[in-house]
Amino acid sequence: MSSASVSPTPEGIRQKTFLEEVIENTPGDCHLLNCIQCGTCGGSCPSGQDMDHTPRAIFAMISAGLKKEVLKSNTPWYCVSCYYCTVRCPQSVHITDIMYTLKRLAVKEKVYDDSKAPDFSKTFVDWVENYGRAFELGLMSMHLIKHNPFGVFKMAGMGMGMISKGRMAFTPTRIKGIDSLKAILNKAKELEAMA
Amino acid sequence: MKYSYFPGCSLERNASAYHVSAMAIAEPLGMEFVEVEDWNCCGATEYVSLNLIASYALIARNLAQAAKETSTKQLVAPCSACYLNLKKCNAYMEESPSLEEKINLALAAGGLSYKGGTLKVRHLLDVIVNDVGYEAIAAKVTKPLKGLRVAPYYGCMIVRPKLGKNGTFDNPEYPTTLDKLLKVLGATVIDFPLKAHCCGGHMTQISESTGFELIRRLIKGATDYKADLIVTLCPMCQLNLDAFQGAMNAHFNTTYHMPVLYFTQMIGLAFGMDAASLGIGTELVDARPALEKIGVEVPEAEIVVKKPPKEALPMPSMPEEK
Repeated sequence: MSSASVSPTPEGIRQKTFLEEVIENTPGDCHLLNCIQCGTCGGSCPSGQDMDHTPRAIFAMISAGLKKEVLKSNTPWYCVSCYYCTVRCPQSVHITDIMYTLKRLAVKEKVYDDSKAPDFSKTFVDWVENYGRAFELGLMSMHLIKHNPFGVFKMAGMGMGMISKGRMAFTPTRIKGIDSLKAILNKAKELEAMA
Repeated sequence: MKYSYFPGCSLERNASAYHVSAMAIAEPLGMEFVEVEDWNCCGATEYVSLNLIASYALIARNLAQAAKETSTKQLVAPCSACYLNLKKCNAYMEESPSLEEKINLALAAGGLSYKGGTLKVRHLLDVIVNDVGYEAIAAKVTKPLKGLRVAPYYGCMIVRPKLGKNGTFDNPEYPTTLDKLLKVLGATVIDFPLKAHCCGGHMTQISESTGFELIRRLIKGATDYKADLIVTLCPMCQLNLDAFQGAMNAHFNTTYHMPVLYFTQMIGLAFGMDAASLGIGTELVDARPALEKIGVEVPEAEIVVKKPPKEALPMPSMPEEK
C-alpha cells in the first residue's frame, strides 16, 4: 500500500483509506485485500467491454486511493450481477458485493457521470417503499419518460403485447403491513446514517 | 412435503404463468405450498445499490414473516433474484453478528425479529429435482415431450454465488439438474453452452446496446443449436428473452423466433395437463409452432386489448439512435 493514500488528520489520527472504507461497507468478509490482480474477473465479465475500467483495474485503483475516479466510473453500474467473477476469483473476493458497495458510495457522494442507472434504482425503490411491492408499469414508464422519451415509442409494442397477454398490472399492490415496513426501513436508514 | 412459498412481485403479474404452472404441478408432485403472509418485494438488485441495512431489512422482513409458519423450515422461491436475496440475507445474518444485530434493531421497529439460518432458503427447481426426485417425476409422465429440442437455461443467480455452509445445489459453471429433468420428461436436451450465462438483468433499461447484446447471444446460441424453445426457471430471464426479443430483433435487424417457457410448464405438459391451464399462450414469442411438434394445441389467446390512446398507434419505426 502506498503511503500516498494515507493522509494524517491534524490530530495525527490517520483518516480511513478508501480501501478500508470499501471493505467496511461490504457485508461479511469480502477478501478484497487478497486480490492478486490476475484479471480473471474482467475476463469473465459479460459486460466488461462497456465498462470504463475492468473490475481488476478498479481494485488496483481502490488500493491506490483513487476514490473520485473509482466512484465516477461506470463499472459498477454496468455490473449485471451474474456472479461469474465471484465464483471464479482464485482469492474468493466478493466482487459483485463490492460493486454494490461502490454504487452505494457513489450515490452517497453523488459522483456518478450518468444518472440513468442510479435513477432506475431510486424509482424502483420508491415504489417498494410506498407500496411494499415492485410495480413494473410505473417503474418502466417513469424511467423511460425521464431518461429516454423516444424509448416510450420503441417499447410501446412490447408494452401493448404485455398488456394484451394480461402480463402488466395497471395499478400497484400495497401490502397490508406497509406502515410496519416503513417503520423498519426508516429505522434501518437511521442505523445506516449513524455508521 | 410442505414448504413456505415466496412468489415475489414478478409472479404476481408478468410471470403469472410461472406461478399458475407451479401451483398446477404441486399436487401431482406431492408438494404443499403455504404462501408467506403479506410478503414484500425482495428489493431485486436495486435496493442494495442504494442502501445496505435497509435492503437487508427489507429482505429480512420476509424471512421473519416466513418463520412465523411453524409447520415448515423450508422457504421456496421460484424467482432466482428473490431466491438469491433471501438466501444471501439468511447467510450473511448468520455469518455476521453485527449485521444481524442491526437488521434486528430495524425489524423490531415493525415488531419482528429473525435469527439468521433459522430457515433453509431453496429454489423451486432444487426442491422439485432433489426432494420429489427424478424417479417420482418420471412415474407421472403420461405425455413425453418426444421430439422436442429444448435448450435448458439456468441464468445466473440460481447457481451463483456459493453462499453459506451448503453452497449451491448445482454446479455454478455447468449446472445439469434442469437438463436431467427435461430428459426425464422425454425432451431432446441440447448441451447448451450458454446455459448459465447472464440474460442482462435490468440492462435493457440502463444501456440498450449492452442489454440487447446479452439477449442476442442467448437467442442466437439456442437457434444455432436448432432448439425449438428455451426452458427457463427465472421470471427475469423469461422477460428479457421473451418480451424483449422483438425489441432485440429490431435493434440488430434480425428475425429470431425463439419461444421461452418455464420448466414448470414443461412438467405440466408432460403430465398431460392442458396448455392453457399452465399459462401457455401468455408468452410474447409464440410457442405454438414448437408445441405442435409434440401435439400440444394451444387455444388462440383472447385479445382483451382496450382501445389504445390515439397517439400510441400506429407505431412508426424509429431511426436507430446513435
